[in-house]
Amino acid sequence: MSEEPGQRSLPGGDAISLRGITRRFGHKWALRGIELDVGLSELVVIQGPNGSGKSTLLRIIATAVVPTGGAGHVVGLDLRRAAAAIRSRCALLGSTNGLYEDLSARENLLFAARMLGVRQPAVAIADVLAQVNLTNDADERVRFYSSGMQRRLALARIMLREPQVLLLDEPFNALDADGADVVNALIARSIARGAAVLIVLHDLARLAHRPTRSLALGQGRLA
Amino acid sequence: MTARAYPSAVAARRSPLSWPALGWIALVALIAAQLFGLLASPPERDMRHLQKIMYVHVPAAWNAFISFFIVFVASVRYLWTREERHDLLAASAAEVGTVLTGLTLMLGSIWGRPTWGVWWTWDARLTSTAVLFMIFVSYLALRAFTDDPERRARWSAAVGIFGALNVPIVYMSVRWWNTLHQIQSSPSTVDPSYAWGLRLNAIAVLLLLIYFVAKRYEIARAERDSEIRREERALRQEGGHA
Amino acid sequence: MNTSSRPWDRVRAIAAKDLTAERRAKANIVSVTSFGALTLLVFGFAVGPDSATLRATAAGILWLAVLFSGVLVFHRSYQLELEGGALEALLLYPGERWEIFAGKVLANLSVVFLVELIVIPLAVVFYGIPVPSHWLALLAVVVLGTIGFVTLGTFYAAMASRARSREVLLPLLLFPMLVPVLLAASEGSAALLAGDPMGDAGAWLRLLIAFDVIFVLASLLIFQHIIEA
Repeated sequence: MSEEPGQRSLPGGDAISLRGITRRFGHKWALRGIELDVGLSELVVIQGPNGSGKSTLLRIIATAVVPTGGAGHVVGLDLRRAAAAIRSRCALLGSTNGLYEDLSARENLLFAARMLGVRQPAVAIADVLAQVNLTNDADERVRFYSSGMQRRLALARIMLREPQVLLLDEPFNALDADGADVVNALIARSIARGAAVLIVLHDLARLAHRPTRSLALGQGRLA
Repeated sequence: MTARAYPSAVAARRSPLSWPALGWIALVALIAAQLFGLLASPPERDMRHLQKIMYVHVPAAWNAFISFFIVFVASVRYLWTREERHDLLAASAAEVGTVLTGLTLMLGSIWGRPTWGVWWTWDARLTSTAVLFMIFVSYLALRAFTDDPERRARWSAAVGIFGALNVPIVYMSVRWWNTLHQIQSSPSTVDPSYAWGLRLNAIAVLLLLIYFVAKRYEIARAERDSEIRREERALRQEGGHA
Repeated sequence: MNTSSRPWDRVRAIAAKDLTAERRAKANIVSVTSFGALTLLVFGFAVGPDSATLRATAAGILWLAVLFSGVLVFHRSYQLELEGGALEALLLYPGERWEIFAGKVLANLSVVFLVELIVIPLAVVFYGIPVPSHWLALLAVVVLGTIGFVTLGTFYAAMASRARSREVLLPLLLFPMLVPVLLAASEGSAALLAGDPMGDAGAWLRLLIAFDVIFVLASLLIFQHIIEA
């Protein structure tokens, strides 16, 4: 991966480094001062009840949402100033699948492949579809998919990339045992590759790997 | 108790522009300018005393455009710096500007009735002012329908900038449109006996504009500061920092 | 796996995606076009059957029909992203925010041009518009006017679709801004249809070009500030 001008290693996590991140929606504070360091090849789990701000935290790291206050760096790139560069190196599997329901699975993946600039998209798409076992239903509209199938499709989309930072928001939701295997395989591959993996989970039961660290997010703060 | 890194709201921000003194000066200036206009200049040849309505209509129009200019500058500064105070200034100027624009339209209509026999004419200035009024109204509507203050600020800034960019274009297009259809227009205001009256009134209304915008801004800042203080308290209340 | 895409690839991908979704929901484009046709019909009733009046008001009414139907198109463009949370995923791809705007404008332009392809001939029929000799200039007026309309419509819909009272907010924000386009397009079309005896159309065309340039640039610059998950 090429170095951006101004990218440098920092004290703190070399994958993710957050200082005093806050985020407000209207009058409600979702995050109240987050300090976080994650290094490459680390697997960090964040647990917490609903509404604790877990999804918001991941969105901020992925630069989908701008923090209200505080500062942060992802692989050495500033959250506010180098957001576009961060997006090339960071991938988020969100709590919502973010699929276009009138398009087929193949079309959804083709769109993602074109946005990402995947080489040989047809091959890559066929490959990820096989990994999530959606090859037979690839040309059906997503509208007619079960929630498990939609989740697998979202997973397939993430697997088109090899990001330095992988963020997973409740990845096991709506997945059966086979689907969970795919998620665990993805995590293993990413860590082996040297990526940092940050997972938000309700409960650890389905995670097949021991996390480097486990954190709890409650009322907008990390413990 | 942690020291708050937050200056006290009202005291620090009370600028001289919102002192009651300015308000009084503006009022006196307006009365003086109006008296000058009413007494010192002769009744116009055809319109007689009706022409005097120009002394409110035209200064209101000019100052409506000035307030739009303030909205534009404050909006640009907000997007550049993301400092909330610029958004509050833009909103304050927009509110005052809407009133001035509405006043301009009403007076234009009132002047038109005895002059042309109709309540409205599609002449360039009046029509452009009507469009400006609608742009102001849409700006305020957007603010009313957006709850999150940060999103409201960003969106309003965009709408304010776009509206301001369009004002000269709207004016030019309506003027061309007029020349094609031979619309009767507002009277020329270059008669020298009127020039002074207009200038004095324009300055008086400008003083009023500044006073009202500053006052509105002060109120908006105070509201926002107390809101933020409440939020900060809530932020600190859930135990100390992790 | 090394991946990198270029801006134009992403713009095209977004436009293609929007158009594919639009094609799939065929009911949508059919109802928008029907609404445009209906507007022409209803205005015809309002104006009355006198052929001279109809011909005189035709250009203006045509553009109103386009405006009213176009608003529906812009809403749909963002509805697509809001259902299923696709907007968040869209904002996570590499690339700048203006690319999303450009892609959507291109898609919306295609749809509105398609609607105009149906509605304009209908207007010719309903309002007895003569076929003009300056049809190329007329085409330019339609194209330039539509570009201004779709650019601003796509921009404002990004905000209005996510605010309360979105049905009224989009027209409220958009229509005052479109006054120059409406005037230029109506007057320019009317002049050209009458054979442009005074040569006015040129001035209106220049106005449209200036308007389009200013607002396309402004939109591309400022879109990043108004879009978020």
